[in-house]
Amino acid sequence: MTATVFADHPPTPKSLGVTPTASQRLNHIQLLEAESIHIIREVVTEFQNPVMLYSIGKDSSVMLRLAQKAFHPAPIPFPLLHIDTGYKFREMLEFRDRYTAELGVKLLIWRNEEALANGANPVQLGTQRCCGLLKTQALLDGLRAHGFDAAFGGARRDEEKSRAKERIFSFRDSAGQWDPKNQRPELWNLFNGRIGPRESIRVFPLSNWTELDIWHYIHLEKIPIVPLYLAKERRMLVRGDSLIPVEQPFVKGLPGEDQWVKCRLRSLGCSPCTGAIRSDADTVPKIIAELMEVRNSERANRIIDHDQDGSMEIKKREGYF
Amino acid sequence: MSIFASQQHGVVIDDIDARIEAQLEADRGKDLLRFSTAGSVDDGKSTLIGRLLYDSRNVYDDHVRAVTHNAAIDFAQLTDGLRAEREQGITIDVAYRYFSTAKRKFIIADTPGHEQYTRNMATGASTADVAIVLVDARKGILDQTRRHACIASLLGIPTVIAAVNKMDLVDFSQQVFEQHRRDLQSLAERLEIPELIAVPVSALEGDNIVNRSKRMPWYTGQSLLGLLETVPLAIERSHVALRFPVQRALRPHQDFRGFAGQIAAGTVRPGDEVVALPSGLRTRVRSITTWEGDLAEARAPQSVVLTLEDERDISRGEMIASASAPPHKTTRFEATVVWMQTKPLRPGATYLLKHTTQTVRASIVEIRSRIDMEHLGEAGAQQLALNDIGQVVIETSRPLLADIYRESRSTGSLILIDPADNATAGAAMIRVITDVVEGESSFARNTGALVTLGARQHIAAELEQALLDRGSLVLRTRSRAREALLAIASLGAVVLQESNATGPVLLSIADAEAAETHVLAAEQSDEIIYELQRLGAIPTGDPDNVHNTAR
Repeated sequence: MTATVFADHPPTPKSLGVTPTASQRLNHIQLLEAESIHIIREVVTEFQNPVMLYSIGKDSSVMLRLAQKAFHPAPIPFPLLHIDTGYKFREMLEFRDRYTAELGVKLLIWRNEEALANGANPVQLGTQRCCGLLKTQALLDGLRAHGFDAAFGGARRDEEKSRAKERIFSFRDSAGQWDPKNQRPELWNLFNGRIGPRESIRVFPLSNWTELDIWHYIHLEKIPIVPLYLAKERRMLVRGDSLIPVEQPFVKGLPGEDQWVKCRLRSLGCSPCTGAIRSDADTVPKIIAELMEVRNSERANRIIDHDQDGSMEIKKREGYF
Repeated sequence: MSIFASQQHGVVIDDIDARIEAQLEADRGKDLLRFSTAGSVDDGKSTLIGRLLYDSRNVYDDHVRAVTHNAAIDFAQLTDGLRAEREQGITIDVAYRYFSTAKRKFIIADTPGHEQYTRNMATGASTADVAIVLVDARKGILDQTRRHACIASLLGIPTVIAAVNKMDLVDFSQQVFEQHRRDLQSLAERLEIPELIAVPVSALEGDNIVNRSKRMPWYTGQSLLGLLETVPLAIERSHVALRFPVQRALRPHQDFRGFAGQIAAGTVRPGDEVVALPSGLRTRVRSITTWEGDLAEARAPQSVVLTLEDERDISRGEMIASASAPPHKTTRFEATVVWMQTKPLRPGATYLLKHTTQTVRASIVEIRSRIDMEHLGEAGAQQLALNDIGQVVIETSRPLLADIYRESRSTGSLILIDPADNATAGAAMIRVITDVVEGESSFARNTGALVTLGARQHIAAELEQALLDRGSLVLRTRSRAREALLAIASLGAVVLQESNATGPVLLSIADAEAAETHVLAAEQSDEIIYELQRLGAIPTGDPDNVHNTAR
């Protein structure tokens, strides 16, 4: 790519790999970025107490970069909130603490301590009840405890069918619940941020990004990611096509299942419920190559989405992201 | 190119990384086309989208497996979403889909065809570059075809593609298609749709969806996907000069004062002469600041930060625009309203109106007509019911900086919000604008406010002085008669109420119906002024300007 130099101006810095010239059109990544930044700024000006849900995953990392860009040269004007289920991968937590400290953003952490003290785990409770307590309940409690009236989430519409209909400003009633039949129409880029007492809004600035767009952006912007996304030899339980990470004592394999496998995670969740995929992709470009080849959707390896037909929609109605 | 350069310098490059780098560079060149689809259950719209995704290799294996029964793929089920609609067998809302080809990325806004869901169709059409309207080859143009085309036209979609579907059921007859095509062309002329293209297809069997059909050799045009890959984006057709609605002022330290926003129309370069509206302040752009560094140029719809040569404050809701071709400044205009609420729209009703980055109070002056979408006529109307579309005259409490919708979608569009339940009650496209006559004061329309300051005596003094400088009517008091103070505020005054109480600063705006109270995180007088402006309690703009306007 050659840099175009304006006749009367100094050379422009490279922006998203493209130097804008009078005749050049904006590419899809520039268009998506512009839309997301607009959304983030609207929320900050229309709400009293916004927060960004930070899940440590690739989408959160992109959202965080967009927030930096939205307010540059000013700092990010809201805190991050991590809902810690207690079963996140160790590498995720290390990354979280290091990266947020490096950026100087305020990080809040919320756990359902009561459920964890009672020994809540997916083996004992089943994935549905476990998610209900450690994710959904913890999220609702965390938002309420801090009085947040708007929460950014990194969900994308291309992830799952029920998310394809999600609004960018998604209204939640005073119990934090979503009613898919009673959503506010959303036209142009005019977002209605008016809410009543105790009501709130979930905001999805990455709604229109695809998984490929996310990786493309991470690559272009050199955004740091948790090393679990990159392939290396890891200890796994091999059960049929599934690779189950061995991190928690209650995850026990049958004889012969415990193996070292070259693999990586395609999306990050709780270690007992997030399967790995066999892969040699140890760089971001290789992940993208794999993505272009692979014929399975990214949530196919999430055990929780499959516990029941339409399970994501049920979780969302209850208040899950 | 970078790959060859590296090889020439003898750097060893991983084959995969190099190959991917080249692919990514190609991917980066793609733009993004948004199109809407509309149609009812029997049109086979879901089948058409499913087929488009499947044939362009944009569907995952696990999704295909989930909808394959007895070795046959149910294409419609690839795109149907929520449980409720699977139970009812219909699509109930706007669903967004994503796919890409070697030439372009696409976003589909898939909307239902039922009459009661006009609002969903309008929602999907509002951001679309192209609308695909489905026509059943056996039936030709039906009422709902006219309705879809009408909404596409009203929402300013420049290109309509009419997919004449189920050609397999009419023996791929050229004669049948030509008849429909002629009818569609005359419909397009009537609706003033700039471009309508008809394509004969069979979604179920895949004819002319991605690949040209061998069974319709008489059709010489492109396949549906071929058309989608070549149609220009709507934004490239706009010729309006710079429009930059300010979202937020950024002042991280004393040496930087920038204005964040998304360029709504046009382009901007450092040195350009601009005007800040409604204040009328004329100045030049000093820099276009971004994370990447300063830019030599930016264009719609980029999100940037502008700094200006003049150091004065500009707040949210104001607009930085081309000085030579500014937008209209108006408090009275006629708009096409799509009504989206069960409670009908009636003359005299008041709403909150959001236009670009400002929210103002609006009242419905007159309903001129209701559009009959099936017969494409207009008739007088007393009210607009849910899913009605009509021509309405609207007045606002503060001036909008606006353009005609046909010329600029983002500065010609607005939404109406019901203050009773905060629902998005309607959406509107501005058709005819009455400009504000300069010198005529409009700030008597501001709502005034009661500001509860508690023990902040110092701030009360500062605020009082700042408001007096702005020409506002100010009352500073220790009275606790809230109702009386609200009544005074509702005349347009700013009442500063002091007491010995601690607690946050409260800002109450008295309405005809009820007072609305905002808890402010702000502790500085300039922040409180900003909030007062944002909520429409006092006029925006700097003190000098208010003075000028009053004169």
